[in-house]
Amino acid sequence: MFDPYSQCATRRGLPKEKMSENGIMSRAKVLTIDTMNPTVKKVEYAVRGPIVQRAVELERELSEGMKKPFAEVIKANIGDAHAMGQQPITFFRQVLALCSYPELLSDSTFPEDAKSRACRILQSCGGNSMGAYSASQGIDSVRQDVARYIERRDGGVACDPDNIYLTTGASDGIVTMLKLLVCGEGTTRTGVMIPIPQYPLYSAALAELGAVQIDYFLNEEKCWSLDITELQRAVNEARQYCNPRALCIINPGNPTGQVQSRQCIEDVIRFAAKERLFLMADEVYQDNVYAEGCQFHSFKKVLFEMGPEYAETVELASFHSTSKCYMGECGFRGGYMEIINMDDEVKDQLTKLLSVRLCPPVPGQALMDLVVNPPQPGEPSYGSFIKERTATLSALAEKAKLTEQVLNTVQGISCNPVQGAMYSFPRITIPEKAVKEATEKGQQPDMFYCMKMLEETGICLVPGSGFGQKDGTYHFRMTILPPTDKLKILLNKVKEFHQRFTQQYS
Amino acid sequence: SSHKGALLSPPRPRGHLGTKRKALSATRRGLPKEKMSENGIMSRAKVLTIDTMNPTVKKVEYAVRGPIVQRAVELERELSEGMKKPFAEVIKANIGDAHAMGQQPITFFRQVLALCSYPELLSDSTFPEDAKSRACRILQSCGGNSMGAYSASQGIDSVRQDVARYIERRDGGVACDPDNIYLTTGASDGIVTMLKLLVCGEGTTRTGVMIPIPQYPLYSAALAELGAVQIDYFLNEEKCWSLDITELQRAVNEARQYCNPRALCIINPGNPTGQVQSRQCIEDVIRFAAKERLFLMADEVYQDNVYAEGCQFHSFKKVLFEMGPEYAETVELASFHSTSKCYMGECGFRGGYMEIINMDDEVKDQLTKLLSVRLCPPVPGQALMDLVVNPPQPGEPSYGSFIKERTATLSALAEKAKLTEQVLNTVQGISCNPVQGAMYSFPRITIPEKAVKEATEKGQQPDMFYCMKMLEETGICLVPGSGFGQKDGTYHFRMTILPPTDKLKILLNKVKEFHQRFTQQYS
Repeated sequence: MFDPYSQCATRRGLPKEKMSENGIMSRAKVLTIDTMNPTVKKVEYAVRGPIVQRAVELERELSEGMKKPFAEVIKANIGDAHAMGQQPITFFRQVLALCSYPELLSDSTFPEDAKSRACRILQSCGGNSMGAYSASQGIDSVRQDVARYIERRDGGVACDPDNIYLTTGASDGIVTMLKLLVCGEGTTRTGVMIPIPQYPLYSAALAELGAVQIDYFLNEEKCWSLDITELQRAVNEARQYCNPRALCIINPGNPTGQVQSRQCIEDVIRFAAKERLFLMADEVYQDNVYAEGCQFHSFKKVLFEMGPEYAETVELASFHSTSKCYMGECGFRGGYMEIINMDDEVKDQLTKLLSVRLCPPVPGQALMDLVVNPPQPGEPSYGSFIKERTATLSALAEKAKLTEQVLNTVQGISCNPVQGAMYSFPRITIPEKAVKEATEKGQQPDMFYCMKMLEETGICLVPGSGFGQKDGTYHFRMTILPPTDKLKILLNKVKEFHQRFTQQYS
Repeated sequence: SSHKGALLSPPRPRGHLGTKRKALSATRRGLPKEKMSENGIMSRAKVLTIDTMNPTVKKVEYAVRGPIVQRAVELERELSEGMKKPFAEVIKANIGDAHAMGQQPITFFRQVLALCSYPELLSDSTFPEDAKSRACRILQSCGGNSMGAYSASQGIDSVRQDVARYIERRDGGVACDPDNIYLTTGASDGIVTMLKLLVCGEGTTRTGVMIPIPQYPLYSAALAELGAVQIDYFLNEEKCWSLDITELQRAVNEARQYCNPRALCIINPGNPTGQVQSRQCIEDVIRFAAKERLFLMADEVYQDNVYAEGCQFHSFKKVLFEMGPEYAETVELASFHSTSKCYMGECGFRGGYMEIINMDDEVKDQLTKLLSVRLCPPVPGQALMDLVVNPPQPGEPSYGSFIKERTATLSALAEKAKLTEQVLNTVQGISCNPVQGAMYSFPRITIPEKAVKEATEKGQQPDMFYCMKMLEETGICLVPGSGFGQKDGTYHFRMTILPPTDKLKILLNKVKEFHQRFTQQYS
């Protein structure tokens, strides 16, 4: 009223003044929940969702001296290895220190192989500094090393460094590929097939991009395996309302830990070829395979072994990262993607799009280089590298088994073998009464369960509803990363909680 | 390109019957059709082609790493393969990449990063105590005391606290709440994220965003990708690229006919134009934003890069708060900073922060949620940002060397800013405004009619034609003004002032000679 501009503002369509609760005219914000990007509102990411926010609050309350029925909050919600006490690989960190502060190259306490790696990385950096921007696609020599790594991994199948793009963690690559794929409106809108349960990056990215999420369900009864008839059902139904164009696979699975057989991967590739789907293979857990009889097969390798009919036609992007496996270097945000059979013009567009964000973080690129080019037999750091890597991977294998075993001793919890990756995703029975109470509160029953567990025990898990699950089933995701002693205590607390919860609500 | 593909990959043998059957059922179910390539052989259409990819991505352009830079990289390769060129090396003056141009990192920063990377060095007596204590503080804020752990999505708590204290010192005591600080992957990440939040509506209600012309092309690229409406306001080249409120008014009035203007972006000091805004100008902009109800975005990544006498950096935050509660409590502002520019030039670490003021609480929750999907900004970049906002203090062992290094870099930049302006202005047909700040000169160039005509016939912008010719003849890589936007009929290029002084002199001389040759050739 007293604003001389308000009249002309209304005339020109400016945001209106609004009456606040105390009756005083207050100026409406430019950016409000009602006027913000609607696709952003649809994004959900349970791995850092409300339960984690509450966990952070509880930590603060504990540190302020508030009394709780537990002494510490244990964040088993996320695959954050170092936060759980896993030690970095010494060699990797030595090279990073040398790259950060090259004066250390004259320090005789650093091994020669660390120095030679550091020199090679620095020579590929502008002005020999990690502080220079790299090429948008990533440092040339790092992409060459990645290509050689893939060739070794895949038994000699050729890899062209031009097909390698370094990324800011694998997430960056996945979102970028999905972004390229999205087009059309209504029934021609791009649909993307994702597993259920899924890692919620996929659903979040699809929501933000306004693409159609096509769920295909993994078979919990068969150790979360992928079933081609289920893929066929999902794509057939989806063709009624969208244009399915891509199929995402997570292998080893997150949150489900299954490791796909070679046969299964072949079947998926045939399916993708038949249905003309762009394949996206999330292989960030490729070194995390624990179960006997299981082995990691890359989509790239299987594709090329299926002969030119497939190898020369099926479009594939596969993703890797520095965050998982034995290194667990999440904070550096290193990663790469390899693209196969991508149209040349689209590749140009991809490179252009990536140039806007200038380059992935160079320390993450350096770390990716070390992961794909670690110490070799005969080099001074080889022994300690192998020892550290083996220790981490054996401990993970042991913890995968332990988790499955202990959880399966609890009535009302049933857990598939953790064949790979870093999580257990057990099915939990939630009593009717608890389901009812949750529904009345407007909460998913497993969110209600996990929230209660957090408040009573300090253990932070992610409810299965954050990943997707068959209607009427409930799960949680728990990392297997805590040190063995701590994991035992944690599993015991989960057991006791589940028994208490079941008793309380039955 | 389908042509190229057909040449490169031999036709695959196929069972005729199988193909036919597949093609039929494919068409029935709406699958991508087989396509006839130029040599007449049926080839399987790719799932993802230029015609079936995201149309907004196609509209994205980013001249700073555009075709001219790709050609520069090719030339470098050709040189290294022994091909003869009229120059011995390619000089990339297209991008503000300080270390690539030989600028040295700040020793203290790199010592702390080495300590954080490999904490065993904490027992190395050759490292100064203040570097060790900074490293310990950073590591203690990391999960498991490791830079390898994810941080909170908003950034490490202690780093955000240090940023807040830095802003308070910078702004003469104006309060800053660490909750309003978000660490980002370079400033670009923050800018794109804020623009993303602002976009909504369709047709005439679609979000419009005002950006300066000339602009840093991140803005136009992000708006194209988001499908937002770009609203140009022109900086006044005749008045040293200053910002004129009547021009802002013209731009917003016209834009209200076809979109919903919701945000105003300011780059201060300017990129590519180098102007430093006066306090008065900033006040006027804030009043304008308040009156027109625009969300303000202040890109202040060059805040330490002010060279011209009488010029001073004023943050939008400070000016906003000094204008009293009517503005300080209402105008929505996001301001951006980075580790990539100023005296540190640490582009590769992708460190940055944004401060948001007066943002709606619900929107803030949405922002935090959105950022959580990408988990966290790179932790080494966060650590570096911490060092930038909390450098050695008087009395600490590294203070002397830090000040010495910082001063040397900033004085050299000031000298090079002046040198560039002076030399370019000696060339007939080039006129260059004073480089008051940032890292670039953006001189106006006269391009003869005949050259304009030849460029037009080639389907090239005249200044692209000019810069491409300069690259081929001299090895100097500049970005044509058309990549940043400019008044119709005017031509410019952007050149960094970053090369070492000796090299810069040679470079400027080559530019001079090229311009004279070019002018002669086409007149």
